[in-house]
Amino acid sequence: MDWVGGLARWFHYIAGIAWIGLLYYFNFVQVQGLAAANKAADGGAAGITKYIAPRALQLFRGAAIATWIMGAILLWTLSSSTQNGIVSAFTLQAPYTGIGVGAWLGTIMLFNVVVLIYPNQMKILGIVPATDEQKAKARRIAFLASRTNTMLSLPMLFFMAFGFSHKNVVGL
Amino acid sequence: MKNPLDSLTGTIVCGVALTIILYFVVKALSPVGA
Repeated sequence: MDWVGGLARWFHYIAGIAWIGLLYYFNFVQVQGLAAANKAADGGAAGITKYIAPRALQLFRGAAIATWIMGAILLWTLSSSTQNGIVSAFTLQAPYTGIGVGAWLGTIMLFNVVVLIYPNQMKILGIVPATDEQKAKARRIAFLASRTNTMLSLPMLFFMAFGFSHKNVVGL
Repeated sequence: MKNPLDSLTGTIVCGVALTIILYFVVKALSPVGA
């Protein structure tokens, strides 16, 4: 069980860094870079949307799914003799309340990636056929879902850090 | 009213505010010494 928990934590970190790293890349770098490239109208935007964004999105979605699965395995290994870690976390039972909030935030973020961001980005990038009107709508949905995930990442990471093993540090 | 998520500053401020709110919610739900 110790090995399973340790490996799950390791892969949870690796996949989580890839996921949130790409989320921050999209929000803090690519959105501004694309706006500048579109303004310059020198063909630079096509390089990003054709060669960078599709690859980044594939890794983004895969990393999000892997992070959640590894997190669920890790929660299972944190079960006690009387409590199942996954069930207790998602039902916010003590002493899993803090990590449970982190798990819920991560789950909402995964939903946003799989259901809102990825499919709409496929339309925006022209990988999935869409009219200009559908693309405009998809752009707004994907943008707000991505910004929502950036916002949620702050409390999510707080409760990942302090929600279980270090909860006494912050008085939880 | 402008959507705070349209700006990066607004997004971060909302994230910090939500962290503080959820911290006190979890603290209220957690029995002392659990």
